Amino acid sequence: MKNIDIKELEKISNEIRKKIINQVYNAQSGHPGGSLSCTDILTVLYFNQMNINPKEPKNPDRDRFILSKGHAVAALYATLAQKGFFEEEELLGFRKIDGKLQGHPDMKNVPGVDMSTGSLGQGLSVSNGIALASKLDKKEIRVYCMLGDGEIEEGQIWEAAMTSAHYKLDNLCVIVDNNNLQIDGEIDKVMNSYPIEEKFKSFGFHTITINGHDFMQIIEAFEEAKKVKEKPTAIIAKTIKGKGVSYMENKVEWHGKATNKEEYQKAISELMKK
Amino acid sequence: MLNYKIYYINNKDRKENKSIMEEKVKIATRQSYGEELANLGKENENIVVLDADLSTATKTNIFAKKFPNRFFDMGIAEQDMLSTAAGFAAYGKIPYVSTFAVFAAGRAYDQIRNSICYPNLNVKICATHSGITVGEDGATHQMLEDIAMMRVLPNMKVFSPSDDVQTRWIIREVSKIEGPVYVRLCRLASPKIYSENETFEIGKAKQIGDGIDATVISTGITTNEAINAKKQLEKEGIFIRILDMHTIKPIDEETIIRCAKETKKIITIEDHSTLGGLGSSVCEVLSEKYPKKVVRMGIKNKFGKSGKAEELMKYFKITTQDIIEEVKKI
Repeated sequence: MKNIDIKELEKISNEIRKKIINQVYNAQSGHPGGSLSCTDILTVLYFNQMNINPKEPKNPDRDRFILSKGHAVAALYATLAQKGFFEEEELLGFRKIDGKLQGHPDMKNVPGVDMSTGSLGQGLSVSNGIALASKLDKKEIRVYCMLGDGEIEEGQIWEAAMTSAHYKLDNLCVIVDNNNLQIDGEIDKVMNSYPIEEKFKSFGFHTITINGHDFMQIIEAFEEAKKVKEKPTAIIAKTIKGKGVSYMENKVEWHGKATNKEEYQKAISELMKK
Repeated sequence: MLNYKIYYINNKDRKENKSIMEEKVKIATRQSYGEELANLGKENENIVVLDADLSTATKTNIFAKKFPNRFFDMGIAEQDMLSTAAGFAAYGKIPYVSTFAVFAAGRAYDQIRNSICYPNLNVKICATHSGITVGEDGATHQMLEDIAMMRVLPNMKVFSPSDDVQTRWIIREVSKIEGPVYVRLCRLASPKIYSENETFEIGKAKQIGDGIDATVISTGITTNEAINAKKQLEKEGIFIRILDMHTIKPIDEETIIRCAKETKKIITIEDHSTLGGLGSSVCEVLSEKYPKKVVRMGIKNKFGKSGKAEELMKYFKITTQDIIEEVKKI
């Protein structure tokens, strides 16, 4: 385990949250809720866990991260900018006609984006492909795939889950961002994907349920996943949609809505205090 | 086409019994694909093959037998398979992916669009069992819309070889193209058209003959029908030429326009819907660049049905005789 400075990680994740709020406000478009819910996990991945180098975004030996819930791209762009994959100014072009940063992840034009996603349910299959290919080449690469708890209503996720276990992809770690909300409401009211842990377990995954905002728990779960052999791991991260901005927390309307000026200032001032 | 003797030949037969090749041999393009893919696998270790529980029918089982560690059976899960192939390509492998055309282009369309074409990933989709010549399995298994669906996707290139030699060439050639390709293959055994040393060029139609009474533009399994029609018409003093369109996208605009200028009539024929396929591609070119009437032969806004392949070709009017009649119409 690398040196852990929880305070430092908290500081970084707070910076990433500000960047998310800035991007969505600036674009007047985007998905703040599901971006803020997965921010702490992304922080741990990019600043504690993954073998990556912002100067070599295409290094074939790097670990991979696939944001299958592609609408949370503001969190990914913010994390990549924070890590130095590209200049922070690029974030101003988020979702804009003359900007580089498309509304959903685009691997062709953004350094650090490992896969283009957006149509839900496809990222786990892609992750399996990368995990299989790296095993074929006997490379020690870890592949991380983040799914939404609404996203797993897509049937392809379970085709892919079968594949992950069938091919014993122990270099694969799935994270389910379980914020309990999807566009039309609470997960269990719209289309119940629970029990999530039991589902992945029965598909042949090693499963761990954690508080997705507790840095120690996140780190320990990733460390545990690395030790699992012959099986993929699924981390069910209990999270809060809109985490970090009081009026967005657990509010479904902030799935895909931009703040007005007043809301923006309130969000930033809340994050400044942390 | 019914009077040829059918041989299902494999590599072993090829080596041991050369005399087979000298007779009029029939071989399905899926068989040519399977054999050539296995040959290619030996030369290029970067190639991996994925199939969805149909490897004995798509003939990827030949590769699987030779290179078991580079063959991945994905089970009956085509959407997962296409996105997994995208992952292999994102990593740097060259995945060849096979299943029936209806399950590749149809069932996994969104995966092809969003996971493969949008990021321009190097996935080779080789789909077998296209068209009504699938035969007895009927409409659910007869893909008549795949050319239409695949050619509208940005970054995608679409190929539809007409015989064994052309299939082997295209299977090799697409491994050199960086980006997604769709290769349309057939279940039905069909005669060899070209000699082993024939050459082809991506995006360039193969012109057979230079008659001026009509140009018959064909792709895939109907090309042999067109060739037979050409021979029979010659006996009656009618001279046509054939454009064998192995590349549907990018389409060979130059040759289409030249033939429209040089010949009296343009007829297209395909074992595919007349909506959106080869015929539509030709119409798009001519209506913009050299307006001329085009007759589109193919399946007219219908689903297929069960029957023997040859019976279905007659039923849907895509045989030698149908071409002859169309050429003779004023």
